[in-house]
Amino acid sequence: MKLITAVVKPHRLDEIKEALQAFGVHGLTVTEASGYGRQRGHTEVYRGAEYTVDLVPKIRIEVLAEDDDAEELIDVVVKAARTGKIGDGKVWAVPVETAVRVRTGERGPDAL
Amino acid sequence: MAPAITLAADAPTLSSANTGFMLICSALVMLMTPGLAFFYGGMVRVKSTLNMLMMSFISLGIVTLLWVLYGFSLAFGTDSGSIIGWNSDWVGLSGIGLTDLWDGYTIPVFVFLVFQLMFAIITPALISGALADRVKFSAWALFIALWATVVYFPVAHWVWGAGGWAFELGVIDFAGGTAVHINAGAAALGVILVIGKRVGFKKDPMRPHSLPLVMLGAGLLWFGWFGFNAGSWLGNDDGVGALMFVNTQVATAAAMLAWLAYEKIRHGAFTTLGAASGAVAGLVAITPSGGAVSPVGAIVVGVVAGVLCAMAVGLKYRFNYDDSLDVVGVHMVGGIVGSLLIGLLASGKGQSHVEGLFYGGGLHQFWKQCAGVFAVLAYSLIVSAVLAFALDKTLGMRVTEDEEVAGIDQAEHAETAYDFSGAGGGAAARTAVPAAPAAETASKKVDA
Repeated sequence: MKLITAVVKPHRLDEIKEALQAFGVHGLTVTEASGYGRQRGHTEVYRGAEYTVDLVPKIRIEVLAEDDDAEELIDVVVKAARTGKIGDGKVWAVPVETAVRVRTGERGPDAL
Repeated sequence: MAPAITLAADAPTLSSANTGFMLICSALVMLMTPGLAFFYGGMVRVKSTLNMLMMSFISLGIVTLLWVLYGFSLAFGTDSGSIIGWNSDWVGLSGIGLTDLWDGYTIPVFVFLVFQLMFAIITPALISGALADRVKFSAWALFIALWATVVYFPVAHWVWGAGGWAFELGVIDFAGGTAVHINAGAAALGVILVIGKRVGFKKDPMRPHSLPLVMLGAGLLWFGWFGFNAGSWLGNDDGVGALMFVNTQVATAAAMLAWLAYEKIRHGAFTTLGAASGAVAGLVAITPSGGAVSPVGAIVVGVVAGVLCAMAVGLKYRFNYDDSLDVVGVHMVGGIVGSLLIGLLASGKGQSHVEGLFYGGGLHQFWKQCAGVFAVLAYSLIVSAVLAFALDKTLGMRVTEDEEVAGIDQAEHAETAYDFSGAGGGAAARTAVPAAPAAETASKKVDA
């Protein structure tokens, strides 16, 4: 199994969810995150005092996938998240040792 | 406030219209203090929101009682030496009859004193914006009591009390440019020079945590200010109160636009904080001058105040004093602008026949205005600094550095302004588990 994590622009969330559902993914976890990559932050001004805001709002999406589906799923997420502008985010995958469905106790791919 | 123009030789009789109007104006001015609390409260960081709100609200409590006990007597009692008033019948308001009229006016003394009470409440509250995040609440409460007693009550007497030196000299201050705004702004400067800067000033980001609250507060201030300004004529018999009402709106509109234009040119954006600040700067500047200038004059007052205050709020970074929410930059500077412009723009057709430089009256009135501005500024600055110094050496004015960094709300008020736990109800953070009273816990065990 793989854990696919995507840190992307917040307004792409709906497209990504729809694309994953179309692919057949049954569940995902979303958290609000903040961070920056190459686009860095922005400048705000309050009564003439300028503040550099480094961290910009992002959405972090986590999906568990079977090994065979992982590469294709990553492509689905990347395609749905892309706007072509700087700051689109990152997607990565890491191996997962095990997963358990809490209600039934099923383990491994059966738990997905 | 100028003496009433008595048209007939007869003594004034009670006017129900003026009495009702003035009671409403008093309530409007009262609303300005909560408005100010939100205006300031939105500008601080999340961790000191409640303290900022409470610094204003506590003034509603303390100053009200002082006013009833002796404040009204000190400010408006029989003059001694043009410096201070006293009238022992007014101590505890005990000797005032329900139908006694305020001398020369058509409203009861009770109406006049409650209207003036609201001014005495908001003036110390104005100072609090400069002291954000760092002042012990007990020290602040005591400061308000002492400051009202030795600064506000005497200065209100100078400016508005019969026999007060500025009043007799002919300094024009319709609703409080000197007595309220320069007074509070100079006091703020005096206190912060003693107590010093917030931890992290000029290093840590200190942006406002809620601009919607700031806008709400500015809106309430603008609304309440109609009572503050138009009510200061104490009645509506000659139209001067209505002129003041119009000029209040005109100058505020002009100052808001001027501040926005200045910052768009200078910093590249029209900000909400700029709109709110510009409006308040205009309200401050028209406060002393709105009865003396024409509506076109009010536009000039507003534009000058909007631009100068927008420039003045940057000075704290250059000269390194932490006027946290710009009380000096907006109230002191705005008050000076409005008070001095009377000397140039008084039309002779408002509250009095006094004409300013641009209306052919020469600089006669301007010098009087300078005297009022300088005296109030110097007295308030020095006495406030001495008070802060004395409190700092005895009680201590500041919370500890750890408490300030962690947030003064928790240290001084044992509360948090906002629950950010979301739908999870704070389960992860394990906060806010109420401690059950011992007896209840015991009985629950029996039930179980």
